[in-house]
Amino acid sequence: MRTVYLDHAATTPTDPRVVAAMQPYFGEEFGNPSALYALGRRSKDAIDLARGGVAAVLGCGSDEITFTSGGTESDNLAIQGVARAYESKGKHLVTTNIEHHAVQNTVKALEKQGWSATYVRADGDGLIDPRDIAAALTPETTLVSVMYANNEIGTVLPTREIAKAVRDWKKEKNRGLLDPPFLHTDACQAVGYCEVDVRKLGVDLLTANGSKIYGPKGVGILYHRRGIRIEPVIFGGGQESRLRSGTENTAAIVGLAKALEIAAAEREAESSRLTPLRDKLTAGIMGRIPKVVINGHLVKRLPNNVNVSILDIEGEAALLYLDARGISAATGSACDSASLDPSHVILALGRPYEYAHASVRFTLGRSTTEEDIDYVLDVLPEIVAKLRSISPVNLQFDGRGDQTIRKAFVDLGRPHWESNRSESRTASGRIP
Amino acid sequence: MEAHTKTDGQAEVINQHTGERWVYSDIVKDHFFHPRNLLLEGAKEGEFDAEGMVGSPACGDVMYMWIKVNRESDRITDLKWKTFGCGSAIASTSMFSMMVTENGGMKIDDALKIRPQDVMVRLGGLPNRKIHCSVLADKAFRKAVNEYFRATAQYERVIIEGAKIIDQRLNITDKDIEEAVLEGAQTIEEVQQKLKVGVGDPDALPEIEQLIRFYKEKYYG
Ligand code: FES
Repeated sequence: MRTVYLDHAATTPTDPRVVAAMQPYFGEEFGNPSALYALGRRSKDAIDLARGGVAAVLGCGSDEITFTSGGTESDNLAIQGVARAYESKGKHLVTTNIEHHAVQNTVKALEKQGWSATYVRADGDGLIDPRDIAAALTPETTLVSVMYANNEIGTVLPTREIAKAVRDWKKEKNRGLLDPPFLHTDACQAVGYCEVDVRKLGVDLLTANGSKIYGPKGVGILYHRRGIRIEPVIFGGGQESRLRSGTENTAAIVGLAKALEIAAAEREAESSRLTPLRDKLTAGIMGRIPKVVINGHLVKRLPNNVNVSILDIEGEAALLYLDARGISAATGSACDSASLDPSHVILALGRPYEYAHASVRFTLGRSTTEEDIDYVLDVLPEIVAKLRSISPVNLQFDGRGDQTIRKAFVDLGRPHWESNRSESRTASGRIP
Repeated sequence: MEAHTKTDGQAEVINQHTGERWVYSDIVKDHFFHPRNLLLEGAKEGEFDAEGMVGSPACGDVMYMWIKVNRESDRITDLKWKTFGCGSAIASTSMFSMMVTENGGMKIDDALKIRPQDVMVRLGGLPNRKIHCSVLADKAFRKAVNEYFRATAQYERVIIEGAKIIDQRLNITDKDIEEAVLEGAQTIEEVQQKLKVGVGDPDALPEIEQLIRFYKEKYYG
């Protein structure tokens, strides 16, 4: 059977060139970079070289790069680290309602520990207005965390403009570059497709990782502007300039640097190759299947992301049918999430609950060909027809989903359990 | 979700969020891809004796069920369904519909004794977090049966699943706790988290704990 992997936003296969670069560090070059002897020094040199390579791509100094265990840890280090280091200056954070859980849940954890947070809301296209960010800033704000590109709907946020808005606000308040608030951006999804020169972007902290850019999993980077104080979240032997203790994962670090170098070199060509394929897939789905809504801005989005809500079908069931035809995709349906909550990103677009259930995400990548797209367009309509015949839901469709009649779901798209609960309360009231 | 097919043709699905692996049985696959007793066209006037509809408390999915009963024998001669639910909901409802209608149809009282676990056994298992999906069919069926009892004036047979208030101050019922457990809550803290409230009446704590144990046993035991 044909296999078509369209879940590159979840993770990418490791590039063979990356694997080759990592190989020696699984074998003879196993030394601990902290050791004095030659074997250890060679590992340390490899890490230094990798750090230099990463810094070159991001347009910053080597001392501004810290290696971590991945995107999640980098987000934690940026947010917790800055919040704690600047606690005496204020305990307010600004973020958005479409962030990755690594950011969202870190902010929530800090809220439990006495910080307050403002969640700037995305518009119906999944974009953030820089003016809303500026308006959310207070004298107590120490950190702003806004993703660069969204992992679910692929929207590319105006990071440069957001950075400028924060800078202008600081200028107005007579605050310098090294005074809070600072701007952090999670760029994990953006790195392969967008400008990541931190000077040009104007961000103060930036997260990236290996697993989304054909590098190894379990390794990430945090760029932090020189002079910004960060409290570590992991303590121990003081590696990574005391910011991230633990013996360095030399192989992964070398692999990440290699992956980033390749991504930077191939970014433009790959973006122009994928954009028409993305548009073909979107147009094909819209043309062949009735009652489909595109999630996220049509143009201001990653060249590899297609996210649609195929009304009246449940996303996880669709994934299993796709899987049976060899196609790997993702969904924002509650049925596929550990918490049984539907995607907060789709809900943030102002779409009803059922739209999140019905969302399917295809993310293209280096292996994707036009034949793959044709194949998906070939099998998807049948699958949708089949699942629609199983489904009792038949939403009225207005193309935007703003005035949908919420027949299947109670209480204006609120989760069932909430209203069930109030129902059972009334019922219980009647029972003696 | 990341999925790939192994050479023996058994799909193995790994949930990227939970890491849970699910090698689904051939029976589950069969019922998922070829659901039995689906109602493809809308129900015609008089085609069925009763209908039941429920929404899943956990994930917001919906189940419709229609039944036809032979008045003399009290057997269920036909059962059809439709769902807006995940693969497990489809497979378990399909299996449930088969169990109820096979061999000339079950007597209503026997069909009411089918527990979600019995369906799961016939399916060859479902992952823990998917147990609430099979409860969907169970609940829709009970509703349909009640409608039938009422329509045929057998009022004494109507099953009353009254909710009992456990926490007086916050008006938390045993149903609320059941739903929380079905959504995966295992401890009193997790139940509180699911209900989005703390416990208002400390005297209710022991009873809440007991109920959690009871429902854990019922659905996961
Ligand atoms: S029906 Fe939603 S998880 Fe099964």
